[in-house]
Amino acid sequence: MTMRAHRRRILLGGAALIAGAAAGAGVLAQAKERVIPVVARKFVFLPNVIKVRKGEPVVLEFSAPEVVMGFNSPELKIRADIIPGQVARVRFTPDKEGTFPFLCDIFCGDGHEGMSGTIVVT
Amino acid sequence: MTIDRREFLKLTALGGGAVFASALPGCASMGGAGGSAGADEFYFVQLSDTHWGFNGPVVNPDARGTLPKAIATVNALPVEPDFIVFTGDLTHTTDDPQERRKRLAEFKEVVQGLKNRNIHFLAGEHDASLDRGEAWKEFFGETHYTFDHKGVHFIALDNVSDPAARLGDEQLAWLAADLAKQSREARIVVFTHRPLFDLAPNWDWATRDGAKAVELLMPYQNVTVFYGHIHQENHHMTGHIAHHSAKSLIFPLPAPGSQPKRDPIKWDASAPYRGLGFRGVEAEAKPVKYEITEMPVTKA
Repeated sequence: MTMRAHRRRILLGGAALIAGAAAGAGVLAQAKERVIPVVARKFVFLPNVIKVRKGEPVVLEFSAPEVVMGFNSPELKIRADIIPGQVARVRFTPDKEGTFPFLCDIFCGDGHEGMSGTIVVT
Repeated sequence: MTIDRREFLKLTALGGGAVFASALPGCASMGGAGGSAGADEFYFVQLSDTHWGFNGPVVNPDARGTLPKAIATVNALPVEPDFIVFTGDLTHTTDDPQERRKRLAEFKEVVQGLKNRNIHFLAGEHDASLDRGEAWKEFFGETHYTFDHKGVHFIALDNVSDPAARLGDEQLAWLAADLAKQSREARIVVFTHRPLFDLAPNWDWATRDGAKAVELLMPYQNVTVFYGHIHQENHHMTGHIAHHSAKSLIFPLPAPGSQPKRDPIKWDASAPYRGLGFRGVEAEAKPVKYEITEMPVTKA
């Protein structure tokens, strides 16, 4: 495996948890990340369409003012618990173009099933 | 005139009920049935996703009438089921704990109309996720449990009391301990609400640690899973384990991943209750198999 491929795997594989370790290794610390705040409230993500560029390091900063929410994009393999009063950070660098759905995966009430969005990578 | 179960199933199929005929192990087509019912053979009925308290005329203008109609249909079955199981989402969710209890109480009262009183209940996320099953337990007891019936070991798993759709380590350890008491050839049926496998993670049609349960079940040769949640029939294999989802009694949902959103399918006035229904399951011992007959809400 090349160093580049290895780095990509790290970036996509573990979101926030891995980000800390990767930053320690000096990988992410050198990259310029774009921070995108996302609010998860009943029953919508704001914004619910997140546009990013392929190869661009991104940090999604989630907050949930009401109840515990979940962010999950199964195809991008990134997820986070969003706990009121805390900021949940998800770091990733998209390596393919496309539209990738995400959803709230922690049941939050009537309307939970419609709480979703898309990450558009161009 | 008496009628045996096989005759009944054949008649049901001819009368518009759909019999699931598949090459899936654990299921059999009607054509293969023969001989007389043995001591270890029995029949049960699965109802699911009744969502009592739901209000949405566009998808079901008869929300309060559908379950009673299905109960009347079950009561009119020519063959009495050994038992009835409801696989979750008995009620539609509400943020109000009082209203949740009111809906659970009303549901319980409505199902008193079932002639057969041997009923097993499971919770769905609409019933239990907002209070970790607290209200549900007040009405129906434990959310995971086992029972045995005519040689089959039934396991009810709770993948909804945790709003993150996890069984959890404690329940998985309980499952492992229970399975350890079973022979590898035991006839095992699992009831649960959500799929234990990743059916459509983009639609939250999964159990986050469901693979761990499947792994625990995998050494056992005769395991079949019946579940709800997705408001439609679906048949899937994980190795030799068959998973069968049931229709809803409130509104159907689109096929997994068939469209961007899992919006309910709208009511069709020209075909009321289309896509809704319940099922009968004929459990046979030799060989171990389950014949599934899908039935409509009302008899035509």
